[in-house]
Amino acid sequence: MQKYSGFGLFKHSLNHHEDWQRAWRNPTPKKKYDVIIVGGGGHGLATAYYLAKQFGVTNVAVIEKGYLGGGNTARNTTIVRSNYLWDEAAHLYEHAMKLWEGLSQDLNYNVMFSQRGVLNLGHTLQDMRDIERRVNANRLNGVDGEVLDPKQIKEIVPHMDCSENTRYPIMGASWQPRGGVARHDAVAWGFARGADMHGVDLIQQTEVTDLIIEDGTITGVKTNRYGEIKADRVGCVVAGNSGVLAKMAGFELPLESHPLQALVSEPIKPILDTVVMSNHVHGYVSQSDKGDLVIGAGIDGYNGYGQRGSFPTIEHTVQAIVELFPIFSRVRMNRQWGGIVDTCPDACPIISETPVKNLFFNCGWGTGGFKATPGSGNVFAASLAKGEMHELAKPFSMFRFHNGALIDEHGAAGVAH
Amino acid sequence: MFHIYCPHCGEYREEEEFHAKGQAHIARPLDPEACSDKEWGEYLFFRKNPRGLHHELWVHAAGCRKFFNVTRDTQTYEIKEVYKIGEQPSFVTEE
Repeated sequence: MQKYSGFGLFKHSLNHHEDWQRAWRNPTPKKKYDVIIVGGGGHGLATAYYLAKQFGVTNVAVIEKGYLGGGNTARNTTIVRSNYLWDEAAHLYEHAMKLWEGLSQDLNYNVMFSQRGVLNLGHTLQDMRDIERRVNANRLNGVDGEVLDPKQIKEIVPHMDCSENTRYPIMGASWQPRGGVARHDAVAWGFARGADMHGVDLIQQTEVTDLIIEDGTITGVKTNRYGEIKADRVGCVVAGNSGVLAKMAGFELPLESHPLQALVSEPIKPILDTVVMSNHVHGYVSQSDKGDLVIGAGIDGYNGYGQRGSFPTIEHTVQAIVELFPIFSRVRMNRQWGGIVDTCPDACPIISETPVKNLFFNCGWGTGGFKATPGSGNVFAASLAKGEMHELAKPFSMFRFHNGALIDEHGAAGVAH
Repeated sequence: MFHIYCPHCGEYREEEEFHAKGQAHIARPLDPEACSDKEWGEYLFFRKNPRGLHHELWVHAAGCRKFFNVTRDTQTYEIKEVYKIGEQPSFVTEE
């Protein structure tokens, strides 16, 4: 596999860029693998990459029913942060943050990770109490964070209306300087290329139609194109379709699917060099390298699989953004779309063993999975390699809904992603 | 934008007046103390999540503030029927 470099770019320019190698192979699957990963999104591909690279398990297949990174990896608002309240969540997301910080070098693929900082605004006294509590908890967990007053916020984002004349005046914010954004598609492609380079077979356009379970142990999967493929261990990383696969395996998951929408404006000149989020007025915005404003909304309150959002939700979001940035009021919106997020009752993911031996699930990331992509893949890979859950993944067992050890991250995760 | 018929008000109103409150017809265990952790956890947290017909509880939050049930398709978003609490749905879901 050729290595990407500045020199390589120059060399290929002499041939008008016509002889680049394909970034990954398109193999026919073998009859048997050590590990099969169902789902070729960001988390699945990251799992495959770390399995092969870090844990030396290279006899691995990723089975994807569509194309790589074609689901929510391609639909999110690309925000990365790790300022979660509870220890378990903070440790997991901070593990991801540390991997983000070296990811482009590690993958030899530019994921355009830009640590431009993330502001979480507070508009009420209770918001500010929650922010102080969260920032203090973050610092105790080694996650960077500061509480800012409106004057300091104004210095970072001069175009934002920090006056007292608004409907919900900004009273302060939490600030995580190491947070930022990354190019979502590049993350999926970088992990796919890295996994392929280490010998992982990426099987696209192939749907898993059933799981083969004998005496409570999984031994493989049935596919629509290649029949049965055997495996010692199977990891399902299928987001919105987790319930369907769980049903095949004979158990249920406490997940509900909701549409989450986002929108982008026409490209404009650089105006916003950080990420602004607000739980209270319910919106978040950043500016992509291309120049468009990337705006995110809340989920629709009802269950839904239609990949579109409701009009009241988008109206509400745009109202919030215009309230914060009156200067954006005449920017035209280019595109709007929706993704289906699998939400857990406690707004934390499920990274878990299951009642079926050697079958593992990684799902329920809800509205905020993108930021965790490398960390999620890393701990899931460790768990699949050893056959027992990684320390950081243990608290996220699916059995917490039976024993009551929930990790309530609605405060840090409920809206702002 | 949904137009939802409130069976209490007897009128169609816009989606913004309503809140979705999740799966309908969840019966509280008659003797909670006798439940195992698994049964109680399932009562609290485990919900149906069908791609297709779904019985849901809605509340007319900015109207009469009363609860009612809706059978809705989660794929096409078509509302098949609206019925009061205590009544039985005429559409059968898969699960």
